[in-house]
Amino acid sequence: MTMALSGQYMTNGLLAAGVLLLKVLAVIMPITVVVAYLTYVERKVIGYMQRRIGPHRVGYRGLLQPFADVFKLLLKEVLVPASANRFLFLTAPFLALVPALATWAVVPFWRGAALANVDAGLLYVLAMTSMTVYGIILAGWSSNSKYALLGAMRSAAQMVAYEIAMGFALVGVIMASNSLNLDRIVVAQAGGLHHWYIWPLLPLAVVYFICGVAETNRAPFDVAEGESEIVAGFHVEYSGAGFALFFLAEYANMILISALVSIFFVGGWLSPFEGLVPILGKPGLHWLALKMAFFLFCFLWFRATFPRYRYDQIMRLGWKVFIPLTLLWIGLECVWKAVGFGPWF
Amino acid sequence: MNRLLSAFKSLFLAELLLGLRLTFLQMTQPKITLYYPEERTPKSPRFRGVHALRRYPNGEERCIACKLCEAVCPALAITIESEQRDDGTRRTTRYEIDMFKCIYCGFCEEACPVDSIVETGMLDFHFETRGENIYTKQQLLANGDRYENLIARDRALDAPYR
Repeated sequence: MTMALSGQYMTNGLLAAGVLLLKVLAVIMPITVVVAYLTYVERKVIGYMQRRIGPHRVGYRGLLQPFADVFKLLLKEVLVPASANRFLFLTAPFLALVPALATWAVVPFWRGAALANVDAGLLYVLAMTSMTVYGIILAGWSSNSKYALLGAMRSAAQMVAYEIAMGFALVGVIMASNSLNLDRIVVAQAGGLHHWYIWPLLPLAVVYFICGVAETNRAPFDVAEGESEIVAGFHVEYSGAGFALFFLAEYANMILISALVSIFFVGGWLSPFEGLVPILGKPGLHWLALKMAFFLFCFLWFRATFPRYRYDQIMRLGWKVFIPLTLLWIGLECVWKAVGFGPWF
Repeated sequence: MNRLLSAFKSLFLAELLLGLRLTFLQMTQPKITLYYPEERTPKSPRFRGVHALRRYPNGEERCIACKLCEAVCPALAITIESEQRDDGTRRTTRYEIDMFKCIYCGFCEEACPVDSIVETGMLDFHFETRGENIYTKQQLLANGDRYENLIARDRALDAPYR
């Protein structure tokens, strides 16, 4: 009797683990494909903005270019500098990539469709997104190169400055939705375009997105790479697969930030025409994808438009503009919440 | 007042939005990229590309081994050896140009009294191993034979200005 029961538990456990594994793959595989094509779209968009045409030789209109890049990177030799800390040097790329993918566990793709629908999902998101910096710092330190170390230190200081403003911006969302659960945050925005948090929390949304750009070390906040001053920053010494992993982490983070902005401020999977148009008003994954595509385009757009911030300007913007601004808006939101303002609070 | 205005502008990202607008409009503009090997930019008939030794229409090589090009070459890229041929004319036995040394100044072309050494309009050529950078007399004559039409056309186009 007991034998049979434990056997049953075991098969049930194995089955559950198998299903979970499939679910994880169903999330990670599309992300990897999107990363590959994001690099292609990035080159195309930036090319178009500079009146060029971007990659167009490999495959129809260059559509196979990402695969050519991937194979090139994987076939290259992985070099480890003689004076580097070998263990940390080889683990750092994984430390950068794992948090970027792990955060997706709590991201809801439509109602209830998250890998883990945890109550404190937002805290998990904050914890995981700040983990990425360890990969960068360790990569910079273990390379034993002055440029890599400079890049890592810049990245650390920048991350500390922007993490605070990012947290404050999310405090506004928590106050508005009364929840830390990403699913419930989206549901709280139900009721059409004008119910989204982007309207009452516009400054927080802008600050959050800009902090997101800074957190992913993208232009114009890419001082951690800063190829004009410190060669390539934290990943100077990386080649081949190690470099590819950093690349993957950066782009996975971009996609993640786009998803989070969509969920926190523009209603995630909800339709903007909710309650107005019969078919278009239906919520679904496609709305989330569209919103993410827009924010991803913004990432590329910024990169094609803005010159890199000077390092002290980044610090000034983080500490002296974003943090006071978010605090001010949270205070204002407290007043709104007390008096019951609009359809939001 | 001015400081207030600029603070207001920077708070609402006015300049940044203007920049974004500009790049977005550029994205919709026609592209100016040329598909290089298939398309080429127009080129002046005076363009100085890879060298060639020309022949007379009867097939006789023009070069008379006067060595003016060797003397005028500022990069010392040209090496010439000569001897008397059986018919009593002086001809080169060796005519070599080191393409690594050549600076494509065109002085050899200007110095040549018989229009033998010329620089053609061909701009894309390459070598794959060390040593191939030294063009021999045979290669240069072959270049001349291959591009004679192009060379003659370029010379004819430039003639009114000479």
